[in-house]
Amino acid sequence: MDALTVVDLVLAGVLTGLVYGLMALGLSVIFGVVRVVNFAHGEMMTIAMYVTAVLFGWLGLDPFFALLPVAVVFFGLGYALQRGLINPFITRPEHTQFMLLVAVAIILVNLLLMIFGPDAQHVQLDYLLEPVELGPLLLDRGKLAAAAVAAATAAGLFAFFRFTLTGKAIRACADNHLGALVVGLDVKRLYALTFGLGSACVAVAGCMMILLIDVTPTLGPAYTLLAFVIVIVGGLGSMPGALLGGVLIGVSEALAGLFIAPSAKSMFSFALLILVLLVRPQGLLGKSQ
Amino acid sequence: MNRRATLLLGALAALLAMLPAFANPYVLSVATLMLFFAYTGQAWNVMMGFAGQLSLGHSLYVGIGAYTAAGLYFHFGLGPWAGLWAAVLLCALAGATIGALAFRFRIGGVYFALLTIAFAEFTRIGFDHFPALGGPAGLFLRVEQREHLDLLSLRGPPAMFYYVALLLTAGAFGLCAWLLRSRVGFYWQAIREDEEAAQALGINVFRYKILAMLVSSSMTALAGVFFAFYYNNLFPEQIFNISRSIEIILGPIIGGLGTLFGPILGATLLAVLADSSTELISALGWEIPGVKQVLYGVVLLAVVVFLPNGVWPVLARKLGLAR
Repeated sequence: MDALTVVDLVLAGVLTGLVYGLMALGLSVIFGVVRVVNFAHGEMMTIAMYVTAVLFGWLGLDPFFALLPVAVVFFGLGYALQRGLINPFITRPEHTQFMLLVAVAIILVNLLLMIFGPDAQHVQLDYLLEPVELGPLLLDRGKLAAAAVAAATAAGLFAFFRFTLTGKAIRACADNHLGALVVGLDVKRLYALTFGLGSACVAVAGCMMILLIDVTPTLGPAYTLLAFVIVIVGGLGSMPGALLGGVLIGVSEALAGLFIAPSAKSMFSFALLILVLLVRPQGLLGKSQ
Repeated sequence: MNRRATLLLGALAALLAMLPAFANPYVLSVATLMLFFAYTGQAWNVMMGFAGQLSLGHSLYVGIGAYTAAGLYFHFGLGPWAGLWAAVLLCALAGATIGALAFRFRIGGVYFALLTIAFAEFTRIGFDHFPALGGPAGLFLRVEQREHLDLLSLRGPPAMFYYVALLLTAGAFGLCAWLLRSRVGFYWQAIREDEEAAQALGINVFRYKILAMLVSSSMTALAGVFFAFYYNNLFPEQIFNISRSIEIILGPIIGGLGTLFGPILGATLLAVLADSSTELISALGWEIPGVKQVLYGVVLLAVVVFLPNGVWPVLARKLGLAR
């Protein structure tokens, strides 16, 4: 095994990790603001993957064009989910929130199973087959494009939270819920908006993920866990943290696959999670409380 | 517990004790599985219902318990009655370690839940790469003497397993009833309600949370031993899976968290629900994979939305049992 292969793999890990990071960013935003544990996060991404695969298979719609409509629809769904179902649970104990979203996740996974059956589906774009040559390195064109989309979406979200009034209002809710109520912010609407944004993030991540892996109905739980690992490792409430966590996990998976066994790759993610929780519970980029 | 409750409990116990006399093999297997979940739910309830610590990784203790006893039997011919001590010891050790790490670093709530998931998942993948215990291909115990009763190596007809599960459930019920009224039980409830206040009152919060972990994980270890000898096959993918942990906690949450009857009631309701939904679906001719689970999810959603404290508190009031 030469050094070039390792560099190639690490770069591939970084690119996949950016897509992971976008998925986790959705969770981080929801968890950081609404303080609800979205245990249906991976399932939502799985649905986005199926929608993209169906749009591609039936209508021949390119996933890069499907991005926007899928994200908009998911924004609406997330908004409605928060408004209709989750909002009354915000003040209830954590375990009831958990059960609520587990119930939602069970329903979603099995609806997918009913509709699409257990077989894997995938999307292959011919123009992504040719790898990109970067000096001596070979990069997967699909991964590169997916990572670029993920990075651009994340940048858009950063800008929204930093520069728009609504974004600032959402950050105010996250910082001080009572204070936000006192100054007259419509917290319920902002929470729903946040859930919608988080869902849109995970939808975009799903649209890109279908270019990287095959989708099956039961993919969800593993990615829910992965998103949590990334968010905790990167630091809860820290948006750059989610991306950093995603990249770290992506690289660690690639290296574990190379040096140990591909099936052992998530063992390293969980080991990293345990380590971070014990040594630096606020995460790598999180603020200590 | 008032007289009415004692009477009802006696009737329930008598009914359960006589069940194998008139139940067919299918009902008996459903009832055995139900008791397994009632027992495991009771064990989990000690952590969450009594002491308020949300563990989402109880499959870890079922798995370690099952693999320890099965491994000792498989490799050294050591029977379950010897193996269970090793299983309990290992699970208690695992529980105490996770608890000590988490509570020492003041990890609680969602973070604690995620930590427990992480340990369970970590162990699951570890067992997948551990060929001495079968790895991903599974560990199989020899099935023999299905008709002949051999209590010493826990081999026998289905009714024997039913009674073992019933004894476990009854024992756990008794233990939990005693714990709830003991000093420790009150300390736990104080910690559950308000950890800081409990600490201010002089309760050693760290010690009693670890104790809850020890009790809960040791109890769950026995469920694992039972599982190994009842099913005779173990796969890391199944036994350590997060969905197993969720199955364990569904019963007590639906039944009523922190109550003594909650885990049993919840397990019963879930068994009835699973079974009747299967019947309903086959009657309607909707046999597509996934339909049953969707129905299951919808009922779960309804319970969580409309009965946030579980079914038992409502039922207890209806039966005139609530104090």
